[in-house]
This record gives sequence, structure tokens and C-alpha cells, in this order.
Amino acid sequence: MLGEGILKGLAETAKNFFGSYVSSERMTTVEYPEQRIAPYEAARVFPFLVFDGKDWEAGMRCVACQICEKECPPKCILIEKSKDKKPDALGKPQFYPTRFDIDISVCMSCQICVEVCPFEAIKMDTEFELSTTDRFGGLLLDRKELAKSNEYYHGIHPAEAAGVDARLAQEKAKANVKSKAAAEVTATRAAVASAIKGAEVPARPAPEGV
Amino acid sequence: MSTTLFTVTADQFFVLLQHWVVSFLPGSWQPVAATVVSSAAIVLLFPILFALTTVFERKGLARIQNRLGPNRVGPFGILQPMADGIKSLTKEDIVPTTADAAVHFLAPVLLVVAVFMGFAVLPMGRNMVLVDMDAGLLFYFAMGASTELSVFMAGWSSRNKYSLLGAMRAVAQMISYEVPLLLSAVTVVMITGSLSLTKIVAAQDQYSYGLPHWYIFTPWGFAAFVLYAISTTAETNRSPFDLPEGESELVAGYHTEYSGFKFALFFLAEYVAMFSISGLGTTLFLGGWSAPFAFLSWVPSWIWFFSKLMMSIFVFIWLRGTLPRLRQDQLMNFAWKFVLPLCLLNLLVAALWRFMGDGWLRWVVCSAILVLAYVGMGLIGMRSKRLGPRSYRYAE
Repeated sequence: MLGEGILKGLAETAKNFFGSYVSSERMTTVEYPEQRIAPYEAARVFPFLVFDGKDWEAGMRCVACQICEKECPPKCILIEKSKDKKPDALGKPQFYPTRFDIDISVCMSCQICVEVCPFEAIKMDTEFELSTTDRFGGLLLDRKELAKSNEYYHGIHPAEAAGVDARLAQEKAKANVKSKAAAEVTATRAAVASAIKGAEVPARPAPEGV
Repeated sequence: MSTTLFTVTADQFFVLLQHWVVSFLPGSWQPVAATVVSSAAIVLLFPILFALTTVFERKGLARIQNRLGPNRVGPFGILQPMADGIKSLTKEDIVPTTADAAVHFLAPVLLVVAVFMGFAVLPMGRNMVLVDMDAGLLFYFAMGASTELSVFMAGWSSRNKYSLLGAMRAVAQMISYEVPLLLSAVTVVMITGSLSLTKIVAAQDQYSYGLPHWYIFTPWGFAAFVLYAISTTAETNRSPFDLPEGESELVAGYHTEYSGFKFALFFLAEYVAMFSISGLGTTLFLGGWSAPFAFLSWVPSWIWFFSKLMMSIFVFIWLRGTLPRLRQDQLMNFAWKFVLPLCLLNLLVAALWRFMGDGWLRWVVCSAILVLAYVGMGLIGMRSKRLGPRSYRYAE
């Protein structure tokens, strides 16, 4: 009948009105500054730079390859590459960023920098309380503000960080095997050379593949 | 004896207070001063009620949606209207450069004035009426109709197409619903035989078997009350008829170009109009300041008036929390094809009621006519509507 739906609707809203005073399950509001819920693991806000160990400058994974800078759609990353090289986690000499700025007022949280980074150096943060009274300087984060430890990364994205660590360990092991093999090769070569020297063959390096 | 004296004093408290205040002045000033004091009381009281209503509305709507509502300013958010008031007072008042500045300024002022004028004839308690006019109802509707002028002034003077379209939409709606509003109120005049609101209340302030003679408890009165409620909702631009503002889908409507305190005045006028029109509905159909049962007559009359008023406001809020907004064509069809014919029929029913004399027969006949008309019009109106679960062609 005409008006039936309106009465049903009124009954429903009345039920909600009184129910909200009786049952606390109905109320889904989290009163934010006082009450907080843990962020979801998949949550992402703005990127940060991961470093290993205690010293952020020494342990920074970033090698200033500038792929993220080039890929960033809104162009919010600015990197200056160093002139010298420093040994990275694998002991290999690498460039490092002397400057790494992210303007989070421009960043759109697309995570493309994270996807393209070959060194697992840049990851997404879950920190969202970034309001500041200085809208230019306060939102331009430099490398010191961006650097966060691997432990912090484990804290916010445990599963993802474990995967990253496993992959890095694998790479390190591979690198170790390689360097060991290389060391062995040089050792054999030295041994061979000394043997040849011993046989008083003209002092000329043996051609490769012999 | 002393209890009677106490009851009378409580009932007439504000009247005595006014007399006491005025008694300090010389005799020739007293009539003017009495009016000024009463007007000041009205002009003070209703903005305070408005402030309280805004916070209770937000809380009530929140509860209907299982939320908490404002709870930051003061205990339980009760000081929220203060914060809102300070905000609107300190905001920049922008007038468009091409606007007609004088009319742009006058529109909200005239609206508020017109809306407050309605209270002049509303009896808010026994002997508590500012001007006891013989044609009070007529005066009230004349004032109510002049709000449409302010709305159009606002839309026209802003020199903005959205404002103008919004104003035209609002005026079309208000004029369409003005007709059923008047026609539903006219039934009361037909039965009472007077346009004076005090006489209308006095006619309802009688009891048989302890039950009141309110007009809502008669078939024609009930129908008129429902039609009146529908028309007032549309008249005051409240949900589900809040198309003129339509905050969730349109540019604000006729007050697009208003900001700061002028905007707050429009907002105030909307709520004060709601109080005033609820007050009139109370007076016409709910017995005004009379008690709902004979044994409760000792409670001061103004308490009854204001509790009925606040109940009406609660229903307004409840409806707002329940119903979705109508489309413009649905709004117009509803006014002209459903509400207006029922109003006209109700006039006939009220006449029948008046001339059939006492007895049970008039109850049966009048109720039957109204129920049949309602059901019949509902069936005809809903036949072509294809109501039911919606079928999607591409989604799903």
C-alpha cells in the first residue's frame, strides 16, 4: 500500500536510533586521537629509505641509481649521486646518494618507486600523521628524515620484509659463492703460474683456456 | 487553595513576569513596552532553540546512522553551536562584484524578519500571545508567503545562474506546496468558525472522558494533519523535499553566493521557519497549549506547547534521517496530483463532518471516504510505477 515503505523505513531508523544507545556493537566509530587501530599490513602512505645496521648513512641500501627518480610519475624525487664510491652491504663499492629528497606534498603514493627499485632500498611507510605548520619545508623530506631501519620495516610490513630479507640473503650467498669461485680461480691461476715459473718456461702468462 | 495558586502562577509565570517588568514604566508607555518585552523574548528564545536544535539534529542523525555525532566541543558536543556561530561570524563576507548589493543584503534580513513575524500570532501558552488578531491565521500565511520573495531576491541579486535556477526551483516548490498547506489549514477554520488562533486553541481545550478534543483525533483532522505535515516539510525545504538546497548533489541553490553571517541568517531562517510552522501545526491540530489528558491540566500550558513543538522537530529530524530526496518532477507530481486532490476532498469531508451532527455515523462516513480515497489514489498512482527490486542491464 502507499506509504508502507515509508513506515518501514521510519521503523528501521527508529530501531537504529534507540539501538545505538543500547548495543555498543552497532557503533563502528573509532574516536581517532584517543583510540587507534593498528594500520593494515598492506597500508601505504609515503615512501621511505631502508638502511641496515645501526648507522643510517653507512647502512643505506640506496646506490643512487636514480631509476625511481626517472620513473616517479609526479616527479617528486630528487637524487644527487656521489662522486666517490663506498662499499655496500655486499662489500662491493657503490655510489650513494648525497641528496635524496621526496616532496610528500607532490607524492601520490603510487608505489612505483618501490616496484622499480632493484636494491630493495625504498619501501612504503604507514606513518600518516605528517601534518606540519610549514607547508613547503615541512613536507620536503630529506634523506635523513627518510632513512628508517630494516627493523622498522619489519615492524610495519612483517611478511613483505621477511621476503625481502630472504631474497637479499640469497643474493648475498650467490655473491659469496661467486667471489669464492673467483678467489679459487685466481688461486689456481697463481699456483699454475708459479708451477710454470718453476719449470722455467719463459715468463709469459699462459693463454686463456689452456 | 495554595496548590491552585501555585499552578496558576506557574502557568502564567511569563505573563506575570512581563507585567512586573512593564510596571516600572509610566502608564502611557506600558502597552508599547509590553510588546517590546514580548518581542525581545521571542527573538531571543528561538535562536537559542535553533542553536540547540542544530546540535541535537546532528546527534540524532548520527545515532540513526549508528554514529556518535559531534562530541568534541564541550561536554557531549553541546557547545558545538557556539563554535559554529563564532565561525560564521568571523568568516569573510563575500559579495559578488556584479551582484545587486542592496538586494543581496536585504534578502536574508527580510527572510529572517518575515519568519519571525509569524510568531506574533502564535499562542504559546494560556494568555501568551503577542498580538491576539482576529485574522491571525491569515496574517501567519501572509507572512509565510513573503519568505518566497526573499528567496527569489537572494537568487536574483546574486547574478549567478546557479543561484537563479536554485531560487526558481525553490520558489516553484514553495508555491506548489503553499496551496495544500492553506487548504489543509482551512478545514480547521471551517470547523472552528474563526481565523483567530487563540479561538482555535480554545475550541480544542475541552475534554470528554478525560480525553482532549484535538482536531487530530477526528478523521478530517488526521488527514489534514498528515497533509499539513507533508506541505510544511516541503515549505521549509526539509528532507525529503530539500531540493532547493540539496547539499549532497547540487551547488547550494539560492544561497550559493552567500557566505559568513548572511549564510548563517538563511540557515537560522530555515530553522526558525520550522519552529514557527510546527507551532502553527500544534495550534491547529494538536490542541496548542492544552494538556493531552484532563488530569494533566495542572502542568503549565507553555510546557505543553513547547514539548509538542519539540516533538514535531524530532519528527522532522527523524524523517530527514529516513527518506531519500525526491526528484523535481516527483515533487511537483506529488504536490499537484496527490496532495492537492486529497486536500480538496478533505474540505468536503470537513463540511460533511460539520453538518452531519453528533453521533457515530459521521465517524464512519468521513473515515470511509478518506481511506477509500487514499487507497484508491495510491493504487492509481502506483500502478504505472513498476515498484520492486531493481534490475540492472549492464552492472552485475
